[in-house]
Amino acid sequence: MKRLFNNWFAQALLFLMALGLTAFISEIINNVSSPYLLNIGLFIGINLIMALGLNLITGVTGQLSLGHAAFMSIGAYSSAIATVNYHVPFLLGVLIGGVIAGLFGLIIGFPTLRLTGDYLAIATLGFAEIVRVQFTNMKITNGAIGFLGINGSTTFPIVMTIAVLTIFAMVWLEDSRNGRAMLAVREDEVASSAIGINTTLYKIQAFAIGAFCAGVGGALFAHTTTFIQPTDFGFLKSVDILSIVVLGGLGSIPGTIIGAIVLTAAPEALRSLSNYRMMVYGLLLVVIMIFRPYGLMGGVNLKQAVRRAMMLPRKKQTGRGE
Amino acid sequence: MNNLMQQLINGLALGSIYALIALGYTMVYGIIGMINFAYGEIYMFGAFAGLVLASYNSVNVYMALLGAMLLTMVLGVIIERVAYKPLRRSSRLSALISAIGVSIFLSSLMVRLKGPNTRGFPKLFENKIFVVGSFQITIYQIVIIGVAALLMLGLQLFVAYTKTGRAMRATSQDQDAASLMGVNIDRVVAITFAIGSGLAGAAGVLSGIYFNAVQPYMGLMAGLKAFAAAVLGGIGSIPGAMIGGMVIGLTEILGVTVNLSEYKDAFAFAILIVVLLFKPSGILGRKANKKV
Repeated sequence: MKRLFNNWFAQALLFLMALGLTAFISEIINNVSSPYLLNIGLFIGINLIMALGLNLITGVTGQLSLGHAAFMSIGAYSSAIATVNYHVPFLLGVLIGGVIAGLFGLIIGFPTLRLTGDYLAIATLGFAEIVRVQFTNMKITNGAIGFLGINGSTTFPIVMTIAVLTIFAMVWLEDSRNGRAMLAVREDEVASSAIGINTTLYKIQAFAIGAFCAGVGGALFAHTTTFIQPTDFGFLKSVDILSIVVLGGLGSIPGTIIGAIVLTAAPEALRSLSNYRMMVYGLLLVVIMIFRPYGLMGGVNLKQAVRRAMMLPRKKQTGRGE
Repeated sequence: MNNLMQQLINGLALGSIYALIALGYTMVYGIIGMINFAYGEIYMFGAFAGLVLASYNSVNVYMALLGAMLLTMVLGVIIERVAYKPLRRSSRLSALISAIGVSIFLSSLMVRLKGPNTRGFPKLFENKIFVVGSFQITIYQIVIIGVAALLMLGLQLFVAYTKTGRAMRATSQDQDAASLMGVNIDRVVAITFAIGSGLAGAAGVLSGIYFNAVQPYMGLMAGLKAFAAAVLGGIGSIPGAMIGGMVIGLTEILGVTVNLSEYKDAFAFAILIVVLLFKPSGILGRKANKKV
């Protein structure tokens, strides 16, 4: 059984099975469910894709970023411009959004990643504000009025398929040599650079991949709402995504999934409180942080949990969260 | 040249407001190393408290200012006790999310109490324009710069010469060592929050007087810019926060003068990033040693 887990062929098979299952289930849901619930599901998927990207930056590599909404907006706008002005097919538009956002992640990465900790957080926050103001003042984005007439091509199966793809990509990445180097950077930057890890390289890698995910999420978002404006991508949007990652448990992929579900569904579930909705949401963030300061799934290792559930012998591990 | 002088005065007035909020950020960061993102909302609460107080006829500007400061001080201490104290030993990110939760809570609470619309600020006293040489200064600007300067001077003296001030400095050097020397850390942190919140509340009232507009979401942008100011000056340094606030206020006004008003909100952050790249610890910041 252990060998099966570590076999790349078995993993690929597992991946295809998960993908097929997701496509099948989401196809059913797509036909049966109410449009309202479907829409919430869609946003859970989109938030999950973006949060997984941020989880790689903040959770795995330990670089606090407060500017994830900027990459999201770059993806959203570039895919919208590609599909509306240049009649690019939808999926290619999503890819373009992701790639351009990823390129920006790379460009931002080079100068700012020399900063660490809170200073990096502030630099990314400043970058996000500058991007937002820039989009407000550009002709091609239609400025503050907003970009209209994007086709609503995003469907539930597409979002879910991309989400599953992202999850698997992240699991593989974290298990790879690069992923372990990123974890080392999180644990101790100085020590890891002392043993020969090129910390800047891995930080930029994480930033570029995370920005790519945000761009894809943003592109899907733009093709769901069919209308985007710069205020959609303010500081609070970055905070939303960061809250998903932190609330779920930093560096934990299942945590991020749970965080995306909880924090996307919570404002909707609180809709009956209409006027008190945001107050309760703010309190919820505080209360969860006080009682679960490491996030809902902080310190929970999914592989071990699965092993325990399947009564398999415990593998000796030297990682965190033991 | 005249125009430039004029803009300098306008920039100083705006910068004083940012500097007052920035002091809260810098003090709390210096002592417990957390970013209290709720200061923007405390500033907003101060502005609304000023608004409510000013609507009584018998209240003058100083009473409104003092009343708002007292209220925000109490608010700041309550926030610290409820939302930050339980998280003091956990990761900084959890404290950050908690602070963001508090700020969402406060701004939506104010929307419930007073509605989401922008409100005018009642006139506390008549505005007068003084012409000095070839430029002019309004009495509002004099009051803002004067009150801010007075508060900052008071704070600097407090930190430098009182026993509590010494305890604060000791705590910011080394929390554990300070507590071994008999400093009550909880008390110091509470006082720090009270002072920072009081200053933010005063900034709220002053901005209400100056811009004649108050609304529940005004805290976010002001808070972010003040935070940028604190980092720019060197986070943890009180004179740094003042310089940072002034720099950000001045560039914002100068940016508007050279016809880049659409980019008003981006200036603060652009300068911030440039400064961080060349001097990552800010203008007056100390360089921290890396430990393995």
